[in-house]
Amino acid sequence: MTNNYVGQRVKRTEDPRLIKGLAHYVDDITLPGTLHVSFVRSIYAHAKINGIETEAAQTVPGVVAVYTGQDIAGKIGPVPCASALPELKVPDHRALAQDKVYFVGHPIAAVVATDRYAARDAIDLIMVDYEELPVVTDVEQAAAGGPVIHEAFGSNIAYKMTSGEGDIDAAFAAADRTVKQRMLHRRLAPIAMEPRGVLARYFPGEEELTLWSSTQIPHLMRTQVALMIGIPENKLRVITPEVGGGFGSKLNVYGEEALISWISMQLGKPVKWIETRRENIQATIHGRGQVGDIEVAFKNDGTLLGLRYSVFADLGAYHQLLTPAIPTLTGLMLSGAYKIPAIQMNITGCFTNKMATDAYRGAGRPEATYVVERALDLVAAELKVDPTEVRRKNFPASNEFPFHTATGLDYDSGDYETALNKAQEIAGYAKLREEQKKARDEGRLVGIGVSTYVEICALGPSQAMPAGGWESATVRIEPTGKVTVLTGASPHGQGQETSFAQIVADELGVGINDVTVIHGDTGVVQYGIGTFGSRATAVGGTAVLVAVQKLKEKAHKIASHMLQSDATRVSFEGGKYALQKAAAAAVTGTSDPVVPVGEAPAGALPEPQTEGKTSLSIQDIALAAHLAKELPPDTEPGLSATYFFEPKNFTFPFGTHIAVVEVDRETGDIKFLRYVAVDDCGRVINPMLVDGQVHGGIVQSIGQALYEEVVYDEQGQLLTGTLMDYAVPRAKHIPQFELDRTETPSPVNPLGVKGVGEAGTIGATPAIVNAVVDALAPFGVKHLDMPIKPENVWRIINGH
Amino acid sequence: MKKAINLSVNGVSHSDEVEPRMLLVHYLRDVLGLTGSHVGCETSLCGACTVLLDGQAVKSCTVFAVQADGAAITTIEGLAHNGELHPVQEGFWEKHGLQCGYCTPGMIVAAAQLLDRNASPSREEICHGLEGNLCRCTGYQHIIEAVEYAAKKAGA
Repeated sequence: MTNNYVGQRVKRTEDPRLIKGLAHYVDDITLPGTLHVSFVRSIYAHAKINGIETEAAQTVPGVVAVYTGQDIAGKIGPVPCASALPELKVPDHRALAQDKVYFVGHPIAAVVATDRYAARDAIDLIMVDYEELPVVTDVEQAAAGGPVIHEAFGSNIAYKMTSGEGDIDAAFAAADRTVKQRMLHRRLAPIAMEPRGVLARYFPGEEELTLWSSTQIPHLMRTQVALMIGIPENKLRVITPEVGGGFGSKLNVYGEEALISWISMQLGKPVKWIETRRENIQATIHGRGQVGDIEVAFKNDGTLLGLRYSVFADLGAYHQLLTPAIPTLTGLMLSGAYKIPAIQMNITGCFTNKMATDAYRGAGRPEATYVVERALDLVAAELKVDPTEVRRKNFPASNEFPFHTATGLDYDSGDYETALNKAQEIAGYAKLREEQKKARDEGRLVGIGVSTYVEICALGPSQAMPAGGWESATVRIEPTGKVTVLTGASPHGQGQETSFAQIVADELGVGINDVTVIHGDTGVVQYGIGTFGSRATAVGGTAVLVAVQKLKEKAHKIASHMLQSDATRVSFEGGKYALQKAAAAAVTGTSDPVVPVGEAPAGALPEPQTEGKTSLSIQDIALAAHLAKELPPDTEPGLSATYFFEPKNFTFPFGTHIAVVEVDRETGDIKFLRYVAVDDCGRVINPMLVDGQVHGGIVQSIGQALYEEVVYDEQGQLLTGTLMDYAVPRAKHIPQFELDRTETPSPVNPLGVKGVGEAGTIGATPAIVNAVVDALAPFGVKHLDMPIKPENVWRIINGH
Repeated sequence: MKKAINLSVNGVSHSDEVEPRMLLVHYLRDVLGLTGSHVGCETSLCGACTVLLDGQAVKSCTVFAVQADGAAITTIEGLAHNGELHPVQEGFWEKHGLQCGYCTPGMIVAAAQLLDRNASPSREEICHGLEGNLCRCTGYQHIIEAVEYAAKKAGA
């Protein structure tokens, strides 16, 4: 009997330290003599800096140094942007403002002090002489020739791009009907519960720097920060201790990471900066931020012919790592779960006097799914048919995969109709529609919203990625039989310490507690890409799987040698290599470590006893491989394997979400009656973790659909700078989720997994908005922009 | 001008001199090294810093250390007894009530107080009781189930 961890609801191995309060996030790490940094940030959205007066701040007891843009000029390289779009305008972006500030929150000066209170006191004494400049915050005004933000470019347009395949004009010419709708995707703040944090320690003797950072991409950060501050990459070690959520906001390299590192090198002391929540909403990337027109051409029978989406993307004042690339991901997913022969996406990416937008959970794909799923409801309304009918009509059949879309992708596998059927069955869809009719007759406003989404995961093939799309893993068995896994993925809440251990424990036939997964330390782990784009399990997990299989090939060779047998006559089962004729008699079950903990011998390790044995545990092999006294010829000592997995394609998870809401006529409040989600993320390693990802994603969608919006006024002042004003959903805002799954394995990787990290934020938002629109259909409502606030709803009901 | 404070934290007495403006959360974290209570917003809106002050759940980011003079504080580090997890901690582990873990200590402490007041809360009462605590990862459903688990376990 072998283990069977994969597919099981295995409790997380990372939890004990977290539930006891014993885990270490960046701010929990204290080094002797640590200095603390506080930033002066711009209070204006656009201004010239005529001078900065820092003397008074320097007299505050405890203040060690003050740095401004002038101090770092020529010393710290630009904040990197990894997008390489044709003719992209890339402004010179420095860790501290040079002669101008371009958004509220733009860092101007850094105060370094012996404690955080002193640093905070001192920033109030720094006088910045601002000369205000005209501000542009509206993306369409910016495009149309409002005040130019970066004068050298002559306009606010950072790039224009058209993508898609098929004859779009012919599609619209041939259409019986068309629908067109303007749709807004407000800016959202990712709000990881742990704000960003950086601790840097320079060792002047060794000329080495260790940087602790709350990031999703330790290795990419090492490369970028090394380049920015001019330290050799092999002298910089990036450690991501516990990371308190990312959601894309920590898939970045920020000026602060380089600046704090550089300051530590200047002062020869550990230096720490922990972002405040206000700074987090001002100066950590925002997500979404698109204004677009969607047009769909279709036949009277509901067949889709063409889709065009023309969008203004609100990039903010500067590019962060992937800023310009995010809207292009929208373009990739505009075919949704449907056969659409012609698709065109026109992007105008614009600078505005705001913080940069970049990847927030879903990163461009929620925008695509939202406009497509909303547009399908508009088509259904136009044809006066049930929204599920239009969807069903245009699904590719399960035998049409790989399915080529007019956005240039090849969907790996799918069975969209089965997921829809299952969701409808769980929801009792036909009955729900009857109940809705009855409710309407009683004057109640009940709405049902459906979304049949598909998303793109497992980012991705390196051809499509700016800095490599592979992932790495090392698996080794230590002399005592304990298994160590080093993954280049950098989980920050997803639970891969557990799910990767499940994969390895099953492959090796060892107990899961004998497997330790290490990540997020460039001094320990081989180069990796990181965790984002729902890639860690599909790409990183596959690297782990192949590495452990490679390790087993070597172990098999050693085992055969030790059992004095031909390799073909030795088989592996239940953690043991056994001679085939003796296989049935071999002890089965989980293999235990050779040296039980607490019983370690004082001197040399005990040599494995092979005399007369017909089977050897993989841990016996590990010990023998390290003692290296009895290895086959030409065999390296040790038992370790490394693999870098390059995926051939993305994966394409899908599913159906059904939301049922009721709108309160008196208050405009929106209440969930039901929420059903059937997701297909391919093979499932740990269903408990998958449920958690889906729940979390859906609630972020609830936030986007109903509550959340980063608001700047016309002067570029941020009006939602605290959690009092920026409305993150709380426990009382959620429905009881009814989850289920279908399981269509991906052919792209041997695990058959697709990814699920972003499914909720992609699939749920349109289901919720479709439900509210459906509830308000009696008032002639066909579309509502997010967030749908009670006030807007009340105005519709009351005709204001 | 520093002020002397005497307080008990997780059953251990402490006497220290602190600046009057020092926040309780910074006293716990930076002076006592109890870093389980986290700072997530500095405005008492997220609840990551929740501790028990004489049995009452408070946001330690908006309490001064001097206000805790004479009080008995319980932090996340003090919830387990003799190595045995508090039922709420156990519930969070069993029901996958956490992902990144940053909100978790405050969430667990708030839930512990909730169960002290109401041993078998309804789903609505749990949601109400946790209204002061934000979680961005879990979508709350598993947190609610964790508290239900703990209520059942404690009542068993």
